[in-house]
Formats: sequence, structure tokens, C-alpha cells
Amino acid sequence: MSNEISEAQVRHVAKLSRLKLTDEQINLYTRQLGAILEYIKKLNELDTTGVEPMAHVAPLRNVLRDDIAGTGMGIDKVLQNAPDSDPPFFKVPRVLEDSSGA
Amino acid sequence: MQITQLTAFDLLDQIKKRQLTARDAVEAFLKQIDKHEKTIGALITVLPEYARERADQIDQMLADGRDAGPLAGLPIIIKDNLCTQFAKTTCASKILIDYQPPYNAHVVEQLEKAGAIIIAKANLDEFAMGSSTENSGIKTTRNPWSTDCVPGGSSGGSAAAVAARMAPVSLGTDTGGSIRLPAAFCGISGLKPTYGRVSRYGLVAYGSSLDQIGPLGADARDIALVMNVISGHDARDTTSVPESISPKPDYLTKLDTPLKGLRIGIVKEYQSSDGIDPQIVAAIDQATKLYEQMGAQLVEVSLPHTQYAVACYYLVATAEASSNLARYDGVHFGYRTPNPEDYIDVYSSSRAEGFGDEVKRRIMLGTYALSAGYYDAYYLKALKVRMMIRQDFEKAFEQADIICAPVAPTTAFRVGEKTSDPLTMYLSDIFTISANLAGIPGISIPAGFSRDSLPIGLQLLGNYFDESTILQAAWQYQQHTDFHRQIPAGFIEQ
Repeated sequence: MSNEISEAQVRHVAKLSRLKLTDEQINLYTRQLGAILEYIKKLNELDTTGVEPMAHVAPLRNVLRDDIAGTGMGIDKVLQNAPDSDPPFFKVPRVLEDSSGA
Repeated sequence: MQITQLTAFDLLDQIKKRQLTARDAVEAFLKQIDKHEKTIGALITVLPEYARERADQIDQMLADGRDAGPLAGLPIIIKDNLCTQFAKTTCASKILIDYQPPYNAHVVEQLEKAGAIIIAKANLDEFAMGSSTENSGIKTTRNPWSTDCVPGGSSGGSAAAVAARMAPVSLGTDTGGSIRLPAAFCGISGLKPTYGRVSRYGLVAYGSSLDQIGPLGADARDIALVMNVISGHDARDTTSVPESISPKPDYLTKLDTPLKGLRIGIVKEYQSSDGIDPQIVAAIDQATKLYEQMGAQLVEVSLPHTQYAVACYYLVATAEASSNLARYDGVHFGYRTPNPEDYIDVYSSSRAEGFGDEVKRRIMLGTYALSAGYYDAYYLKALKVRMMIRQDFEKAFEQADIICAPVAPTTAFRVGEKTSDPLTMYLSDIFTISANLAGIPGISIPAGFSRDSLPIGLQLLGNYFDESTILQAAWQYQQHTDFHRQIPAGFIEQ
């Protein structure tokens, strides 16, 4: 039986999703996502020609507010859950290689 | 009657009449938690000090003759995907295990303003993704009616806690049945309001076009009490519906109106559904007969596209989830992998280590459905089918005022029974998912017991913003039955 999704596709999707998966997980997800996509093929039984796609439910459009500045929650609160910070900044590992040679 | 067996309505009445203090109420439920949490595992965080302090404040207000609000002194448990400034909000995920929100969810503000006392935060499937609460990254919750069985999900902690009388009422969230399914499995009542009725501000997002917050409790009146407090417009959620479009009613006023002339829709396609437990079919049958005796009129309605709802849902919900959960980057908040190889690995390893299997599965499915070359075939197709499902309901509500249906094809299943096959688990939601896709309200109420003494749920679906009518129909049913008054053996205080 041909699977609805290949192992290479699952690796690609994992990369797009920023999920570092083991070979074992790739293998499992290839099978499981294949089975789910096989089931989802059921939708192709329906002719949807001319049907408007439904993006959301609420009877609302373009909800706007007056352009009045409010107060933010403050740097302390913004940073309180950061895994690493150097107020007022979030701290992350080096992104660019040091190219100055120094 | 013992305090923990009282409905929210009766408890509030006793507090108001000063026959009982808020502190007494809080102590009674904390004691019940202490006694049963080990067996049930319904809760992630218990807040005894916070609850006692709040109770004493409320008792002081009442002693001073001040108005302490419509829910003054009412202990309540909320699902742990609702942000609280005073307690961690984990979503039952390792990635948020130490997350301390800098603000309160709208519903939390509303509850506290009304005098309710949040005594604990309940377990759930990680990020509300699941139908059994077995996907929790923290603990497994057991069904109080049979601890070998799951409580349903994803609001399994909220439902099990009420069934075990750890609180008279709780809040859950419902994206594909996550309030109604656990309410049915645990033998209590649970309402998913119309999309837009309750503000989602401070609810950790899963499927933003589907998520709604709603109450769980013993009966429809307790749910109406809580709905009166949590519903209504909030500008911080742009999908929250303003008063000008749909004014917020008092959900208590219509409860006692007789059902004479109410048109109840029976779904043609559900009559011949394969794989539905005949005991559930019989219970629904009995309920509709009772409704007829109460003066309601049964009409047949057709929902031809609901058989596509599960397939449609698992594209729409996962697409939204893949985008909503992109915020967990190991940088701004939440878990970060201890030794990243480089900056990309901060994302990839933090997310791989922080998310559980089901969350990863759904992120990947959603990413795939939205990715180049597959968007039209999957996501766009699903949005069109979603429209067809909605149109089915619009037609049905021309003929019927409410629709009567099962909640789930089975009663509570055993712990571990469906964990190895995600698709089988997804099919538990076959009768609940279409209401989320269409955006209509639905309530699950107790309607009997199986031969194994497991609760059976009845689902009543209503038209947009017409929670009042399904609450009325639920409450009227509860005047003629006593399934909702049953408490599982071992949870009645001695």
C-alpha cells in the first residue's frame, strides 16, 4: 500500500515546523500521518465547486478601535518568563559568526 | 446535605442567607480534593492559601453588608489553559511547565469580580489536544465512575473534578467537543457556547476559529449561573460579539418556561450510524420520548455533511494550531533546550523536547496542510466543506429550534485503549466536532447509565447565540429525570 505521505516529506515538514525528530519518530509519524491523510481523502467525495470557503464563524468584519495609545505591561513582566534575558533584552545564543577575525 | 453535594445554586443561597460562610465552603471542597486527588488526578495546581484568603475577604464583605457579587463565595476549578496571574498556567505541557502569566484571562477577571473563588487548576490534554486527557504531559486523570476509564478530554480534569465533587462547577474549553465529551463520560452537564459569546482573551490558543470557553456543573441551572458571569463583549478579543449584534441575556430567566411547542430536530443520518453503542441509541430514544410527553414536537432534520466533520476538523484545527504554536520558540517564554548547537537548534530542540507526541503530530499535520503545493487540496478544501457543514445547520434550524443527538458513540473507554491509534481517538468526537466547525452552541447532559454503570450523555444543539433555549430544554429534562443528581460511590462525604 502506498503511503499518503513519504518519509522525505515528513522530514521536510518537521524542518518547516522546527521540530528536531529522531529517525524512529520520523518513521512513526510517516505511518500515523499517512493513515490520517488516507482518512481525510474522504473530503474528495464532495463536489465543492462554487462553495465559498469559510474562514471564520463570527458575524463580524474588520473590527477596529480608536487609535489611542494604551499602557503596556512593562519590561519586567514581558521578560519574567524568558529562559534567558539581559534587561531590557531577550538573550539568545550567537546568531552571526564573528567575522572580524579578532 | 453535605456541602460538597450541594449545587452551586443552593450553595450560593446558603452563603447569601449567611447559613454558611465562604470559608466553610472552601474548606469543604479543599478537604474533598485532599481526599480524592490522589486517585483521580484531576488537578495540576491546588490553591489553598489563595482560596482561603479570597474566602475571608468575601465573608468580610458580606459581614459588612456589601454586595460581594452574584457568585459570592462559590468555589470553582478552571482548566489550566486559562491564564492566571496568581498561579502557573501550564497547558499540561513541559514547554510551559513554569509559565507564570503576566495577566488574567477575561473569564478569570469576570469570575473574581463576581465573587467566585478559584480553588484549583485542572488537568487537560496538552494544549487541549485530545479526547481522553491521556495526552497530558503532567498526569493521567481517572474517571470517578470507574478509575480504569478515561474521563474524556480535553477538559478531563475539569469534568472529573466536578463529578468527584471537588468543586460544584468548573470551566473548560471546547475546540472539537472538549467540554461536551468529558461531561458525558463523567455524568455531568457541560456547555460549549456559541463562538464569540465568551471572550477568549487569556485562553492559550489552539484552534482560534473553533475554541470556546464554557462551564461544567451538575445541572443546567448551575451552568446558567456561570454563563451570566463569563459571557459578554470584551474588546480584547476581536471575535467577541458586541451587544449590538447579540445582546447578552440573563440565562436563568427562561429555564422554567415549559417546552410546549418546542420543535426538536432528530438527525436522520444519526439513526443509522455504524459503531454507535446501542445502549446510547436507546437512551437518546428515551429522552426524545420524554420530550414529546413534555409537549415538544419532534421533527426530522438532515445533516448530510456531518460525516465529513472529523476529516474537515483535523485540517482546520491543525492548520490553526501549527500557526498558534509557532510562538513557542525557546526565546520569549517557556522551555529552552539546555545546550543548543546553534540558534536554529534553540527552536528545533526546545520544541522537540518541550512538546508531547500528539502536539507534534498536529503541528506537522497542520504545517503539511498549509505547505506549498498542498494548500488547495487540503486546507482550502476543508474550508469549503466547513461552509457546507454550516449550511446544513442553517437549514436544519429553519425546521427545528434545537437538535437532539448523542455526544459520543461510546461511553468512557479504558485508559490506554486508544492511545496507540490517533485516528480511532479522533473518531470519539464524531458527534461534537460539527458544532465547533459551524460555531453553534451545544450542551451535554446526563441521560442514563450503561450496563457497566458508566454515564451516557445527551447532546442538545442550538441556533447561533441561543444558549437560552438549550439550557431551558436541558433544565426541563432535569426536572423529570435524576441522572444529573447521581454522585459516584466513594465521593459522597461521610
